[in-house]
Amino acid sequence: MSFVPGQPVTAVVQRIEIQKLRQGDKLILGFSIGGGIDQDPGQNPFSEDKTDKGIYVTRISPGGPADVANLRMGDKIMQVNGWDMTMVTHDQARKKLTKQKEDVVRLLITRKSLEETVSQSKGKNPKPCTYANEKQNLNDVMYTNNVR
Amino acid sequence: MEDDNWGETTTAITGTSEHSLSQEDIVRITKDLEDSVGLDCRRYFTRAVAVILGLLVFLTPLAFLTLPHILWPEKLQSCGTACEGLFISVAFKLLILLLAVWALYFRPARAGLPRVFVFRVLLAVLVFLLVVSYWLFYSVRILDSQDTNYQGVVQYAVSLVDALLFIHYLAVVLLELRQLQPCYSVCVTRSTDGATRHYNLGQLSIQRAALAVVENYYSDFPIHNPALLSASKSRAAKHLAGLKVYNVDGPGNNTSAGLVQSQSRAMIAAAARRRDTSHNELYYEEAEHERRVRKRKARLVVAVEEAFTHIKRMQDEEQKKAPGDVMDPREAAQAIFPSMARALQKYLRTTKQQHCHSMESIQQHLAFCITNNMTPKAFLESFLTPGPSLQYSRDHWRARQWTLVSEASVTSGLKDGTTFLLKCVDFSLVATSKKIPYIQMSEEYIDPKSHKFVLRLQSETSV
Repeated sequence: MSFVPGQPVTAVVQRIEIQKLRQGDKLILGFSIGGGIDQDPGQNPFSEDKTDKGIYVTRISPGGPADVANLRMGDKIMQVNGWDMTMVTHDQARKKLTKQKEDVVRLLITRKSLEETVSQSKGKNPKPCTYANEKQNLNDVMYTNNVR
Repeated sequence: MEDDNWGETTTAITGTSEHSLSQEDIVRITKDLEDSVGLDCRRYFTRAVAVILGLLVFLTPLAFLTLPHILWPEKLQSCGTACEGLFISVAFKLLILLLAVWALYFRPARAGLPRVFVFRVLLAVLVFLLVVSYWLFYSVRILDSQDTNYQGVVQYAVSLVDALLFIHYLAVVLLELRQLQPCYSVCVTRSTDGATRHYNLGQLSIQRAALAVVENYYSDFPIHNPALLSASKSRAAKHLAGLKVYNVDGPGNNTSAGLVQSQSRAMIAAAARRRDTSHNELYYEEAEHERRVRKRKARLVVAVEEAFTHIKRMQDEEQKKAPGDVMDPREAAQAIFPSMARALQKYLRTTKQQHCHSMESIQQHLAFCITNNMTPKAFLESFLTPGPSLQYSRDHWRARQWTLVSEASVTSGLKDGTTFLLKCVDFSLVATSKKIPYIQMSEEYIDPKSHKFVLRLQSETSV
């Protein structure tokens, strides 16, 4: 998940769809985020690379919508409803997640275990997998993003 | 047990009185005479030369001015206004020269150095040559030809005085100013106990640097106390005395050099094998000694504080009222001294300082402290820490006679790595000089507005 500035970022991502829950007059997702380009990346306990300023999931409220949708603590959020989350400020990320007019958020998240699973499966199956096969097997997607 | 060889080894002195002299004594006496006469001779000689030179310097311009009036007064042109103005100039410059020479040269001599002071000799020679050349010119061009232009003569005298003032300026720069800029750092160590100090000196000759070191020694180094060194000497003696070497093969077998070598090798080997517990003894002895010193010090401090509470300074108004039992500082000191005397004496004995302080000096010090309103702690400070040599009474400056031992000539300048030794009766000071490095300094400008800070954020938001 470490990136080289100027080069496209490549990661193995998983698509997660969360239905927002109505609580009072607010729609909530049931997790907390940390990180952002205006934050201090060295204090992020979940990132591998301590210069990574991406948005990470820091807490999941048990039984909440995120927990139900299999979001895990330590996941890095790459996209929210198509909006990029790798180079945003903390507040921008919060706004993209808490739009009151949307009741569904589709996240692209990445975690270390995904990469390992992909590399393991590649090793077991010597025949090169096509993109479509992979998609069926693991519900994973190769994600590229041009990083400024 | 009688030693059988006693008769052969004693020297018999026949027909003796206490006043008989041996050959060595005579040689020694003549050498001493030569030395003392030599030294005195040199001092008087230098003084005589200085006086003669001084008289020459001051009387020459006056002679230049008055000789034409004496020798050919009728032919001389009268002195106009400009010429008389020059008289004033000569007078004041001579006065300034007189004061300057008095300030620079007429100071009590600090020390007697082994060799002459090279710069002074050079300057004296320069002055002498200058005056002689002026006299030569004067006698040839003015006296012989009996020049009638008196103004020219006066201007000539003024130029001589100017030249003398410039030589005096040169003297100030060479003798006083040149060595002010620190150039070398001299590290001085005392040979007996290793006390070390560092001094910054300028470009001096070795003998002047040695003089500076000795002068600083008297005020910086703690006093030399031979009683403190006896412990290490006794330990060293014990090491040597531990083993005796016996030659089993009988005398005359080996040559003397071989015998000594084999003996020392045997001693070293035996000493290495023997289990030496002297380090243990040293440790416990030092711990015990420290405990004893601290105990005595505590008793001393309490006794002195109590003694000081017995007297009180009388105010002026009280002085008129209370008539009886008024004491001056000396009597007050004598009154309170007995109560602290025993504790003080015991403390001095434990720290082996008892020969540094006499009863009289202690009472004097006490009177001094009482007069100046010092606290008991201030009074005790001179006993608790050994001070510099100047602090103690005159007997302890026994070392007034120092010998400079140096491999390089003592009039050569200090260089990086010069070493010299200053020996006196009890100990010696080892001095090493090192050059102060050339410092290259660069600047960095910081705009005062450039000091900016940010908070290290770490926020967590729940969505």
